[in-house]
Amino acid sequence: MREVAIVAAAMTPFGELWDRSLRQLFAEAALDVIKKAGVDHLDSIYVGNMSGGCFVGQEHLGPLMADQIGMAGVPSTRIESACASGGIALRTAYFEVASGASDLVLASGVEKMNDGADVTNVLATAADQELEVYHGITFPGLYAMIARAHMEAYGTTLEDLSWVSVKNHRHGALNPKAQFPHEFTLEQVMNSTPVADPLRLLHCSPVSDGAAAVLLCPLDQAKKYTDQPIKILGTGQATSPMALADRKDPAFLDSVQLSAERAYSMADVGPGDIDVAEVHDCFAISEICCIEALGLVERSQAAGAAASGLTAIGGRIPVNTSGGLKAKGHPVGATGIAQIIEIFEQLRGESDARQVQGARLGLAQNMGGSGASSVVHILERIE
Amino acid sequence: MPSPRYWREVPSRLRLEAARCSGCGKVNYPARPICPKCHSKESEKLTLSKTAKIITSTVIHIAPDDFLFEAPYAIAIVETPEGARFMSQVVDCDPSSVGPGMDVSLEFRLIRKEARSGILCYGFKAVPTNSWEAQK
Ligand SMILES: CC(C)(COP(=O)(O)OP(=O)(O)OC[C@H]1O[C@@H](n2cnc3c(N)ncnc32)[C@H](O)[C@@H]1OP(=O)(O)O)[C@@H](O)C(=O)NCCC(=O)NCCS
Ligand SMILES: [Zn+2]
Repeated sequence: MREVAIVAAAMTPFGELWDRSLRQLFAEAALDVIKKAGVDHLDSIYVGNMSGGCFVGQEHLGPLMADQIGMAGVPSTRIESACASGGIALRTAYFEVASGASDLVLASGVEKMNDGADVTNVLATAADQELEVYHGITFPGLYAMIARAHMEAYGTTLEDLSWVSVKNHRHGALNPKAQFPHEFTLEQVMNSTPVADPLRLLHCSPVSDGAAAVLLCPLDQAKKYTDQPIKILGTGQATSPMALADRKDPAFLDSVQLSAERAYSMADVGPGDIDVAEVHDCFAISEICCIEALGLVERSQAAGAAASGLTAIGGRIPVNTSGGLKAKGHPVGATGIAQIIEIFEQLRGESDARQVQGARLGLAQNMGGSGASSVVHILERIE
Repeated sequence: MPSPRYWREVPSRLRLEAARCSGCGKVNYPARPICPKCHSKESEKLTLSKTAKIITSTVIHIAPDDFLFEAPYAIAIVETPEGARFMSQVVDCDPSSVGPGMDVSLEFRLIRKEARSGILCYGFKAVPTNSWEAQK
């Protein structure tokens, strides 16, 4: 397989963007990437999207989006894996370039969640309809059950969860693209509106609109498009049982561990080598579960990692420097690509106030459902 | 819910029918064509006991449209003595009193009215065997 690089990246702001439609969001990010790289054609397009059909009644996004950016004719495919759609769109684009089939591939993600749909219902389509949703569970509810199981097994506290939100909002306050770029105190988080016990509003990622896109090409052609290409060193994907009740331990995300093992092994690095990470903090508990399954911190330190500063900018392993899904926003299909963009910019030294000094290896982990799918990428700055 | 789906779901949803794997003994609920643990295709039918223990739980405050008027409600993953785990609402109690370790009995109840068609959907809900205080 050929070595593959990311040469350009762009995203819309994330938020309630009432003035922009699904297709406009995509076009904004995609055209910006194309302009930054200075390319006049693409060989292929992947569009990560969870549920255009349920959110705005639009399916068949491949050709629609290609046409929107003046690329009708180019192969273009929508990738769906719930909230992991973006990450898996990148992985698919990676393999297309690595295989030698294509040279210039756009990997993108887009979601328009604020347009009148019953968002709670639509998000729940990523859970098991017959065994879970039938009984009235919601997405925050599934993660709340994971949280309670984690509290029961490891003594994790509401304060531990709340520190994750405080930390990610501190990071997000430094990110101009973030939906909620302001800080919250521990008390504000702990006293926010209950959503699904023990999770409160400020433990949840918000409902967001947005798009993100990156351009991939073979590493040996990358200098044509940028002075500072970032190499994709490893990719790993895994699944686990869809229904939470069918997992061995509801407090452990085995798909995250498995996808990470595969990415580490392909990249020939270990969790200790990672300088900066974006992980899927759709709810505060998921950041705790993810950093432990990724091996970024010891299991015994995971719950307290945000409070102790271990995962803050300046800490041993900064996690979610973008503000994470919590503060940056979570337009589900776009999230996986937006995480890659944060790592891309960190490794290029472009993160301004959020910069992790000297970052060389970065990791992005994106998951779907209550952890039934997970995808991990490891990126490297090349000298 | 279209009626064919309704009929398909009768054995597991309305009769609590599960399958015990002939290969490894695992109880799979609902029955599956292949055991997720040992991959055996042989199994025998089994009806689950109507008692269970709560593994983990939550109280839903922000509900989907179909359950809007029921919030806040408790919902849990429960495990029967046969080892089958599944999701169920926990009712007839203060939702905030529901938690892991609690003993429940499973009772046949109305689960929901499906939005557009308004069809009545039945299944099992969990009811605490004793009050939580008494269990402690
Ligand atoms: C938590 C949730 C239910 C809240 O939705 P809601 O009750 O409709 O909240 P509202 O939109 O009415 O917002 C109330 C206020 O809180 C703010 N807000 C909403 N969500 C927020 C969040 N996650 N963080 C910070 N502030 C938030 C809103 O801006 C609004 O502020 P305002 O009153 O000043 O305008 C919703 O954000 C949600 O479902 N999040 C989870 C999304 C999800 O599951 N994603 C997939 C995960 S894999
Ligand atoms: Zn078996």
